[in-house]
Amino acid sequence: MKIHYVTGLGALFVVAVHIMMRLIMPYELSLEYENVIANYHNIPYVILLESILVLIAIHGFNGLRVILLELRQSKAWEDGVTILTIAAMMGIVAYGTRTIIIANGLGFE
Amino acid sequence: MSEQIIEKIETLEKKRDREKKEKEHVKTSVVLKVFRANRSAGENPHFDSIEVPVQRWTTVLDALLHAKQYKDSSIGIRYSCRMASCGSCGMKINGIPRLACYTKVSELEGSTITVEPLANFPHLRDLVTDFTQFFAHHKEMKPYVRNDDSDMKQTDSLTEYVQSPEDLDRFLQFSYCIKCGLCYSACPTVATDTKFPGPQALSQAYRYFSDNRDTATKERMDIVDDKHGIWRCHFAGSCSSVCPKGVDPALGIQLLRGHLLGFSRNEKKIAEKQERLKRD
Amino acid sequence: MEKLSDRNNREGIKGWLNPSRYGWERVSYWLQRLTGVGLLAYFVAHIFETSSLTQGPDAWAAMLELTQTPLGHLILLLVIGMSTFHSVNGIRLIFTQGGKGLGNPGRPDYPYDAVSLNYRQKSGIWIALILAGVAMLYGASVLFGGE
Ligand code: HEM
Ligand code: SF4
Ligand code: FES
Repeated sequence: MKIHYVTGLGALFVVAVHIMMRLIMPYELSLEYENVIANYHNIPYVILLESILVLIAIHGFNGLRVILLELRQSKAWEDGVTILTIAAMMGIVAYGTRTIIIANGLGFE
Repeated sequence: MSEQIIEKIETLEKKRDREKKEKEHVKTSVVLKVFRANRSAGENPHFDSIEVPVQRWTTVLDALLHAKQYKDSSIGIRYSCRMASCGSCGMKINGIPRLACYTKVSELEGSTITVEPLANFPHLRDLVTDFTQFFAHHKEMKPYVRNDDSDMKQTDSLTEYVQSPEDLDRFLQFSYCIKCGLCYSACPTVATDTKFPGPQALSQAYRYFSDNRDTATKERMDIVDDKHGIWRCHFAGSCSSVCPKGVDPALGIQLLRGHLLGFSRNEKKIAEKQERLKRD
Repeated sequence: MEKLSDRNNREGIKGWLNPSRYGWERVSYWLQRLTGVGLLAYFVAHIFETSSLTQGPDAWAAMLELTQTPLGHLILLLVIGMSTFHSVNGIRLIFTQGGKGLGNPGRPDYPYDAVSLNYRQKSGIWIALILAGVAMLYGASVLFGGE
């Protein structure tokens, strides 16, 4: 549960910055392809995105794990829930990281 | 400024609450809707409606006993002290866990009172539930003072434990628990998690943890620091809102968790250190 | 034959959702749960949404067309509300669950008001709800503001 509090607070900070980025320029403009890709070339921002990904994946799937653990108490269920949520967590982090790496390699057209 | 606003809201709300509580719903008779079923005989539950005469001071338990005495002697209830001391008569009254002997008919709205067995306890018959698992959770907490420094066999070296009023206040309210199980029945985690000790047991863990005569600090922390232990409390506060003795189990649980998280200082350890400094 | 689950008589999930009134803390409990799961769903969808970047500008534009719609904005608005409530209430819960801001044990007296259910806690929940409302209004002005 400690990990839940820490990742929650961490997430709060990084998500705040992430949303600010949508708001420092007009919202629609911030979503244009060039601008988004440019973000992925900005190394500090890439680090920010990756930490959002990791922190929220841990916090969110651990939260889901907690909810499911409280639902049923057999060894099979508890092990299954833990394995599945950790797998989902890693899957999401991997998939998101793939986007970041590929987008970082993309040029401007 | 904001503190003052909060205080103002608090006094207003409390006043309204008290007025609501103290407002008498005067009636001369009520219909008890009693949950009936004998589980070991395989009966399906149904409700029996029984009308009983009541007075201003009639409690739900009084009304039930009247029904049992004059209308239907087969109603199953458990009670003993009739004064909110033994913790036997907990049941769901109009959907909320309460002590039947501590709930006056006149504080309930409407002329029908629904009484059901406590949720989250195995049901035996009518309003009677099985407390075996609940007590087992209580026992898991080793609910007695443990002190490694005292040796009961060497009686000549026995001294009394000195406790200041402040030391006492730290755990006194938790020791008022009568094990009625209302909190256990109200808790949303207990509603699904069979391994969760529940608010009663966890607040008792804090009761001994915060007692300065007790030295089993580390062990008590280890007992509750479990996958299905103290971390399964999410502070829904329902235990404290139904507790009839002002134990405030939610408070005990959060204070104990504060120690596990390292947010709170351990007064016992500090006192020990000061003691040692004095000695050296 | 009676079923074991029947004897056990636990309330089950129904017990999470506050069938009878237990107060604001219970509301906070299940809103925190509901918003947590809602945000998780959005998070997963969001990762999928942004992955269209890797297929070039056209795929990204197609995805925007799908999501930057009135319905998409409405969902986004809900996410704004949920995340504001969840974060603000989450910060309160971190303090609360660490035993801070609850008051001290004392000598209970009739009518036994529990100190942990105090109005600092309740107003924390209210503030989280109000801020969620404000954030949603602001979000609406950005998303539906025109320009
Ligand atoms: C941004 C700041 C955030 C903070 C400060 C925060 C904090 C918290 C806290 C304190 C809890 C309650 C734990 C408990 O009751 O024991 C919680 C639960 C949860 N959070 Fe967050 N959280 C944040 C963001 C998120 C996000 C973005 C997601 C979505 C991916 C999320 C998903 C969850 C889930 C699924 C739960 C489980 C609910 C439960 O156990 O009742 N949280 N969070
Ligand atoms: S803590 Fe209160 S509600 Fe719970 S068993 Fe003890 S007296 Fe009953
Ligand atoms: S009869 Fe003893 S508590 Fe109600």
